[in-house]
Amino acid sequence: MSMPLVYLDNNATTSVAPEVLEAMLPYLRDAYGNPSSMHDFGGHLSKVVDHARGQLAALIGAHPDEIIFTSCGTESDNTAIASALETQPTKRHLVTTKVEHPALISQMNFLQKKGYEVTFVEVRPDGICEPETVRAAIRPDTAIVSVMWANNETGVINPIAEIAAAVKEKGVLFHTDAVQAVGKEPIDLSVTPVDMLSLSGHKLHAPKGIGALFLRRGTPFRPYIMGGHQENGRRGGTYAVPNIVALGAAAELAGAHMAEERRRVTALRDRLEAGLLERIPAVHRLGNPELRLFNTTAVSFEFIEGEAILLLLSENGVCASSGSACSSGSLEPSHVLRAMGLPFELCHASIRFSFSRYNTDADVDRVLEVTPGIIRELRRISPFTPPELLR
Amino acid sequence: MAWDYSEKVKQHYLHPQNVGVVDNANAVGEIGSMVCGDALKLTLKIQEGTDVIEDAKFQTYGCGSAIASSSALTELIKGRTLDEALKITNQDLAVYLDGLPEEKMHCSVMGREALQAAAANYRGEAFVHEEESEYHTVCQCFSVNNLTIEHAIRENNLTSVEQVTHYTKAGGACRNCVPEIEAILQRLVPAAAVPSATDEAPPPMSMFRRIKIIEETLETDIRPALHTDSGGLELLDVSETEITVRFLGRCGSCAQSGSTLDFVQARLEKALGRPTIVREVK
Ligand SMILES: Cc1ncc(COP(=O)(O)O)c(C=O)c1O
Ligand code: FES
Repeated sequence: MSMPLVYLDNNATTSVAPEVLEAMLPYLRDAYGNPSSMHDFGGHLSKVVDHARGQLAALIGAHPDEIIFTSCGTESDNTAIASALETQPTKRHLVTTKVEHPALISQMNFLQKKGYEVTFVEVRPDGICEPETVRAAIRPDTAIVSVMWANNETGVINPIAEIAAAVKEKGVLFHTDAVQAVGKEPIDLSVTPVDMLSLSGHKLHAPKGIGALFLRRGTPFRPYIMGGHQENGRRGGTYAVPNIVALGAAAELAGAHMAEERRRVTALRDRLEAGLLERIPAVHRLGNPELRLFNTTAVSFEFIEGEAILLLLSENGVCASSGSACSSGSLEPSHVLRAMGLPFELCHASIRFSFSRYNTDADVDRVLEVTPGIIRELRRISPFTPPELLR
Repeated sequence: MAWDYSEKVKQHYLHPQNVGVVDNANAVGEIGSMVCGDALKLTLKIQEGTDVIEDAKFQTYGCGSAIASSSALTELIKGRTLDEALKITNQDLAVYLDGLPEEKMHCSVMGREALQAAAANYRGEAFVHEEESEYHTVCQCFSVNNLTIEHAIRENNLTSVEQVTHYTKAGGACRNCVPEIEAILQRLVPAAAVPSATDEAPPPMSMFRRIKIIEETLETDIRPALHTDSGGLELLDVSETEITVRFLGRCGSCAQSGSTLDFVQARLEKALGRPTIVREVK
């Protein structure tokens, strides 16, 4: 008997939606031309790319010419920051938060080594980055401020409209990593004063290897990937037609499903969370309970370690992730949870479950069925578990 | 990140042996803490007079390989005398588990240390890591002292700070202790001129010089080290980015030739002062 797979790691990556796969297949099979070619076989594909650009722009309230296709969220992030520095060579200071994705943190660390100054602003214990904190960090030589829309580990959603407004009031460029927000949260860039925004296809049921950078009209820009005239000279590299089509289709699908998905997935997530808190003692929910993505819950189980929990969950067919040091391949637990002031013990014991539109009630049932036993077993092994928890 | 755990490791974390606390234990060893991310409490019942370990149980806080290492340790030491048990190295533990990912070797080191602590407790000594006088904390983040680091370097032939981190965790967080780890490595592994962590690109090197340095390092440094293992190594080809070698004698057939290859690569990179790929032809 094969065990059912319960995939609750959708903040790591999602499945390709069947509709998306259908949409992209023709461009992997027969229509393999290059949209930049003079001949019709390739050239007519530029219309296909334009269509996808329109679909994606519609999801986030952008003009199609404000979309630059990239290879991934990381490239979009790196491009935005590098461009801000290239276009403002006299400005040597950057502002970001302590809870960004490594895509940004690594680049910031690199820039520090190159002589730039970076302010990593604090977040509240519930994970929220406050507009006031950001405003206070801005200096006359600040080139760009980058604050993520939603956090991948906790799902916590920042007040991006207010933060963007505070930054724009100071006349500074504002970028947001919205990789986790796009497709889940309603985003309307026609009213939210963001200059640049990063997104990634594989978080919204498109394949891996496609992302986009929103670049507001009139924002100074220098390409990061230099090459041909693609993307209006803003990003070199032959158009990845199948992936671009997929991202367009995924964006349209996400827009169409968003309200229904929010209602249904919130209910699943809440049932899982309540079930865990009810069935297992000494569990903590992490991050702001209201201001967070409807698909994410992060919890921490006292006295045990996250990687061990993941391994036993995986043995039971359940895929989740952890902020523990051991599971990350580094020796330090999640920088996000530590920035929230969570004690190391709880960082090591954190588990994130993240849903998608394809999860079901049966998935929640399965997790609730296996998790209490796993936690109990690991607590039995742990030297720190108070005896009363094992009775 | 998914670790490549052996079936044996998996068996031991899914079905750990000897979990709990021995009744009337007369030796207790505790190591690690919740803050560090792993901890092990070992309790033993040792027969007075013969010093045979009659019973051993563990409690572990930590990842899958920490649980597996603890379980394996108790299996290995039961029925042995304390002195025999103390001869078990972290390598032995890893071999018993059909290998551990290098990043997880610190779990096997933890097992050994807990046993040492338990032995000290049984003999009524304070647990002071062999030579007390030299003892101080090197890595504040993970409370790792110099003797643990030195021991790991000697026992496992470590040559880089990164390896020391994998085996002891020291240097895995703020990295303030990295210069001291480098200094310890310099002292214990003189051939390994440990490069400090700089991002500067190495100066260009001609092919002639490259080959010369490689040959010298093989002759004076690497081959002697391999011969002690009754093995040897033949240089087959050198390109701008790659070095191709073949292991001879026992090194060629040894299941550990992966780690031997790592060793050769580390030594050559150090000598050349730049990253390089060492490829093995069987
Ligand atoms: C918040 C955030 N930013 C950036 C990325 C990187 O995106 P990609 O995997 O497309 O490079 C991720 C994905 O892990 C993410 O969650
Ligand atoms: S002191 Fe060793 S990593 Fe911080």
